[in-house]
Amino acid sequence: MTIEIAIRHRFAAFEVVIDFAAPGGVTALFGRSGAGKTTVVNAVAGLFRPAHGRIVVGGETLMDTEARLFVPTHRRRVGYVFQDARLFPHLTVRQNLVFGRWFRGGGARTADFDRIVDLLGIEMLLERRPGTLSGGERQRVAIGRALLSEPRLLLMDEPLAALDEARKAEILPYIERLRDTFDMPILYVSHAVEEVARLATTIVALNDGRVARQGSAGQVLADPDAFPMLGRQEAGSILTATVARHDTGDGLTELAFSGGRLTTPLIDAAPGTHLRVRIRARDIILALKPPEATSALNILPAVVQRLGRTEGPIVDIAIRCGEEDLLARITRRSLERLALRPGTPCYAILKSIAVARRDVGIFETRHD
Amino acid sequence: MTNWLSPAEWDALSLSLTVAFWATLLSLPPGIAVALALARGRFFGRQVLNGLVHLPLILPPVVTGYVLLILFGRRGPVGSLLEDWFGIVLAFRWTGAVLAAAVMAFPLMVRAIRLAIEAVDPKLEQAASTLGANRLWTFTFVTLPLILPGIIAGAILAFAKAMGEFGATITFVSNIPGETQTLPSAIYAFLQVPGGDASAARLALVSVTVAIVALAVSEVVASRVARKIAGR
Repeated sequence: MTIEIAIRHRFAAFEVVIDFAAPGGVTALFGRSGAGKTTVVNAVAGLFRPAHGRIVVGGETLMDTEARLFVPTHRRRVGYVFQDARLFPHLTVRQNLVFGRWFRGGGARTADFDRIVDLLGIEMLLERRPGTLSGGERQRVAIGRALLSEPRLLLMDEPLAALDEARKAEILPYIERLRDTFDMPILYVSHAVEEVARLATTIVALNDGRVARQGSAGQVLADPDAFPMLGRQEAGSILTATVARHDTGDGLTELAFSGGRLTTPLIDAAPGTHLRVRIRARDIILALKPPEATSALNILPAVVQRLGRTEGPIVDIAIRCGEEDLLARITRRSLERLALRPGTPCYAILKSIAVARRDVGIFETRHD
Repeated sequence: MTNWLSPAEWDALSLSLTVAFWATLLSLPPGIAVALALARGRFFGRQVLNGLVHLPLILPPVVTGYVLLILFGRRGPVGSLLEDWFGIVLAFRWTGAVLAAAVMAFPLMVRAIRLAIEAVDPKLEQAASTLGANRLWTFTFVTLPLILPGIIAGAILAFAKAMGEFGATITFVSNIPGETQTLPSAIYAFLQVPGGDASAARLALVSVTVAIVALAVSEVVASRVARKIAGR
């Protein structure tokens, strides 16, 4: 199910000209605040009416200014999870959840209700009122409410932005499960690279109302030239791996991926589980020869792919390790000293403890 | 137990309650509609509507009663139509007292409901629309429950105002015992005749009691509803 979005609208201060198509899965709309992210999702939901544009979801046209077509919000069947949950305060959690069912001809079946309630872990909250819920609980109920309205597309506008780190960590796994169990495209707005790295299958980076870059999450995150837009400090790529074995004695987990083995702090996942691991560019050290007697547990053979733009003393370098694209950040001086060029074989060195728990996401293989 | 009020006094009390009840009930739907239009509407003439609604609040009640007499009297442009088409006569009837009370209470009701509507977060209504609710359903299931305390407050305020309405009522429908003599008119009438002081005092006491009971009921109901919609 693809999403095609092309909108053009002039605001007082700036103009939004956005045009992209995304396959299914999670499409992350990424960018700084004011980049036009919320404008896009609101246009898809029909809450905002762009001056020009066309929006097609799964073959169905929701809006086309040339054909003078504008489907009103309540007939678009888009689930929307807002940053501020927006649960109805006068209804119980259960009534909030089934709200959409009243208007969609019977809506979700009981089996779906039970499944979604179970998936989001909210069965204990059903008879409570939104005022008594924590921020994280509220957001889970909001996700369930959107899902139970049987949408063809789920919009999530910074659903974690209002939550603290602990709550974010609580909800991220639920969104991952959502992505992996439902065959429903998700348009996910975020300005946090961490979330995007864990969730996105496709990334559309927005900057000043334009699409600055788009592509698969692996590609965009490992692109050394994309990072000035995504945020300099947070640069890092994602690696997909499988849990190979745990060493509970040392508190370590060994992951297998196309480029070899990666040792990380203990991960709470059964062997065989597919994971996405985010590796920050600044945590990778490059060497021409494998170092001996080092404390770093991961020494991975790699090949330099591309040199990024230099900025000040640093340069980001795209390297390939097996079939995974990684990003390494080194100084210009090191670049010259090692004489790295595209095609140079090298070793990527990574401390195990550089991989934090929040950098690891579960990524179940889909059966479609 | 009925002998502490004379039959004439009972008539005035029951008539006042009836008039206030109908005035409140009949002005609720237009009151909500006008409050919605004023709170949310962006149409030409909104300020004119606002002014019109508030007019009875600032005009001398006698003037309002006079205008009603001109418009709704048996030979008035609206009054004659009502009589010809529906056989409804308002002038000098208790139905006219209902109209006068409703017109006088209307601005108070609209203000209370309008404030409640303005306090409703439109984002909740947006959320309802993304869940498939059209505007009518959104109003019924989201907006209306959330403004219920305001509606109750507005209704009680209107009821109390209708119970006490005097100037417009006596001008429009006069002071006919058993037909248009409400509590305030009766108190006024008793004060005009020798020996009526005791009756006036009793009716004044009744008025105070009714007002206090209405206020207490509205407080209890409104706080209960408010707690419910606060989501706790």
